[in-house]
Amino acid sequence: MLLSSLRSKLASSTLRRQYASSAPLVTERMNMFTALNDAMRVAMETDPTAVVFGEDVAFGGVFRCTVDLKEKFGEDRVFNSPLCEQGIAGFAIGYASIGRTAIAEIQFADYIFPAFDQIVNEAAKFRYRSGNQFDCGKLTFRAPYGAVGHGAHYHSQSPEAYFAHTPGLKVVIPRNPTQAKGLLLASIRDPNPVVFFEPKALYRASVSDVPVGDFTVPLGQADIMRSGTDITIVGWGAQMRVLEDACDMAEEAGVSCELIDLQTITPWDVDTIEQSVRKTGRLIKTGGFASEIASTIQERCFLNLEAPIQRVCGYDTPFPLAYEKLYLPDALKNFEAIKHAVNY
Amino acid sequence: MALRLLTKSLVPRARAARFFSTTVGHGEFPGGQTVPYVNKIHVVDPKDADVIPAYRVLDQQGKLVPGASLPEGIDEDLAVEIYKHMIRLNSMDNVFYDAQRQGRISFYMTAFGEEGTLFGSAAAIKPRDMVFAQYREAGVLMWRGFTLDQFADQLFSNEGDLGKGRQMPVHYGSRELNYQTVSSPLATQLPQAAGAAYGFKLAKEDRIAVCYFGEGAASEGDFHAALNIAATRDCPVLYFARNNGYAISTPVKDQFRGDGIASRGAGYGIPVIRVDGNDVFAVYEATKKAREMILSDGRPVLLETMSYRQGHHSTSDDSTRYRAVSEIKHWKDTNCPMNRLKLYLLDQGWWSEERDVALKDAERSSVLAALTKAEAKGIPALDTMFEDVYAEKPRHLQDQEAEMLEHIAKYPEHYASGH
Repeated sequence: MLLSSLRSKLASSTLRRQYASSAPLVTERMNMFTALNDAMRVAMETDPTAVVFGEDVAFGGVFRCTVDLKEKFGEDRVFNSPLCEQGIAGFAIGYASIGRTAIAEIQFADYIFPAFDQIVNEAAKFRYRSGNQFDCGKLTFRAPYGAVGHGAHYHSQSPEAYFAHTPGLKVVIPRNPTQAKGLLLASIRDPNPVVFFEPKALYRASVSDVPVGDFTVPLGQADIMRSGTDITIVGWGAQMRVLEDACDMAEEAGVSCELIDLQTITPWDVDTIEQSVRKTGRLIKTGGFASEIASTIQERCFLNLEAPIQRVCGYDTPFPLAYEKLYLPDALKNFEAIKHAVNY
Repeated sequence: MALRLLTKSLVPRARAARFFSTTVGHGEFPGGQTVPYVNKIHVVDPKDADVIPAYRVLDQQGKLVPGASLPEGIDEDLAVEIYKHMIRLNSMDNVFYDAQRQGRISFYMTAFGEEGTLFGSAAAIKPRDMVFAQYREAGVLMWRGFTLDQFADQLFSNEGDLGKGRQMPVHYGSRELNYQTVSSPLATQLPQAAGAAYGFKLAKEDRIAVCYFGEGAASEGDFHAALNIAATRDCPVLYFARNNGYAISTPVKDQFRGDGIASRGAGYGIPVIRVDGNDVFAVYEATKKAREMILSDGRPVLLETMSYRQGHHSTSDDSTRYRAVSEIKHWKDTNCPMNRLKLYLLDQGWWSEERDVALKDAERSSVLAALTKAEAKGIPALDTMFEDVYAEKPRHLQDQEAEMLEHIAKYPEHYASGH
């Protein structure tokens, strides 16, 4: 109870810092899908060229993220595509290539691979290869990602590391409704193609007081969720809840954890992580992009590291159904890694 | 599946009457609208369908075919202008093909034999129409005013290249001329053209997207993706297939078994026109008609030009390893788009052999001059290498750029040539 009130205080102070404006911060209770819906509503109200499309988005989407948008903005601007991910991606790129805003949905991140060629070979290289004559910067791909309890191989994947190896793309993942709204609006308005992964386990489960109206959370900046002195813990998306629990367990055991939400996977905020590790001397990282962070921090903080950098990740197997609980890098596994690092 | 094939739109009434002994009512299905029932199994075999005919105006001797007249919009000025551009493209292809053989540029692709397809269509669309090309459409860009210097600068990836020397030769692009930059992955431009066209439609702009691709590229998944989404979103886009018989070494018998690319239009609900691609007048008229249909009906059109790739696939290919020299010679001698137009012009008294020789000499000199000029230019400035990856230059790219500059400052002689 004490912890959660502390947490919400921290969250709102972060927000105030980021959007220092004269107006008082008016908030509304939202879950993640309503916050994302609100972001798209704001984007479409403020940009008449913005369109939202993908499989089944017209009736509101299989996760309700686009509910009522067709009624508000018309079927020309919110429409179903045929069931074809490479078509959705190519269409979005072309629409953005003439300076218009495309918000394209891939129904599950697991099904983004048919569009991999369009995203990696086309969207990411569009500006560079033309000498900046053409770009598709006003393009955002949204896709639900991550574990959901029973999603097995094709409704659980976290493919951010594939895209993080592609220069020209930005990859963004929010952890709660407020960050989701602010980061999605920032992604839609960013002049570069963005792949935006939404933790589907949190669509309904995560509820917070989200600022109403128009605001953005800047891309490329990590968010220090709690300050600590003994160890730095880095993650993103749905895993932040797991890491909060692990930090709670560690703090009960007398370990002071600094918890950081990376938010933008690429280009990632090296400076914030570096500064934190210089202070704490230890790093635990979770998620498939961990190796990049580990090697960069090892290079920059070699003299400050007091323990090997640890990666607590899913195993190198396809995502299993019956063994999901065993597969996930849960709080206890992270707590063990924290103890190991501190006792090294 | 069988039910869907039996929809009214796909089976004309007359044909149905010939095959069906009795129609026994009909059913309403969400997947196939109104479907007639029959009391005998009816197999729809594409082998029974008529081959889609190709439209032509000029015969192979450059004479109007019986019943044809010169298409509206074509007069002496335009016909001569098209022919002059064919000579210019042909000269450019000859000179730069040789330049690659001499190792002066790294790569080249000619458009020999497809000049009719390129200039016929280029002259029929509007400069504001957005072109999405594959790579063998330099003629379209040339028609729009891309200069020989601009072509040469791209081929030499020098400091004058609009693409900043980043892509392989023949990957041209020009924002000013509404010609989207070419990329190597085949067919990726097809769904992109649908998206751009949809944008034009929402903006109520009087323009279309024109998307060129070869018959080989049409086997890619993106072809299917594009035609289907263009149809369902009623996009004002012209899909322009260049069927030249080969995808590198692969003849069309290994590429598809249907009636070319044109026969696929019906399955997507897209109207189709097939044209003799070696007849520039027919291509012009068909493209013009397609453009009008696209804008008046608010839907895509698929146009297939039948032609022949007279040259090698590229400078990395020797096409005589998979096709007979006599076959190439046959097409050059009897069915060459340039020659057919020339014969027509000579017949009309709009052209002469003297002018022909003089122009070919002049164009060859112009191309050689552009080549010499481009070859003398330096490569793009070093600070362009890390630009345009993103709209801004992120911190990690600034760091990498600084590292690179520090490194080459240490070993300047090793990197002096820039290559």
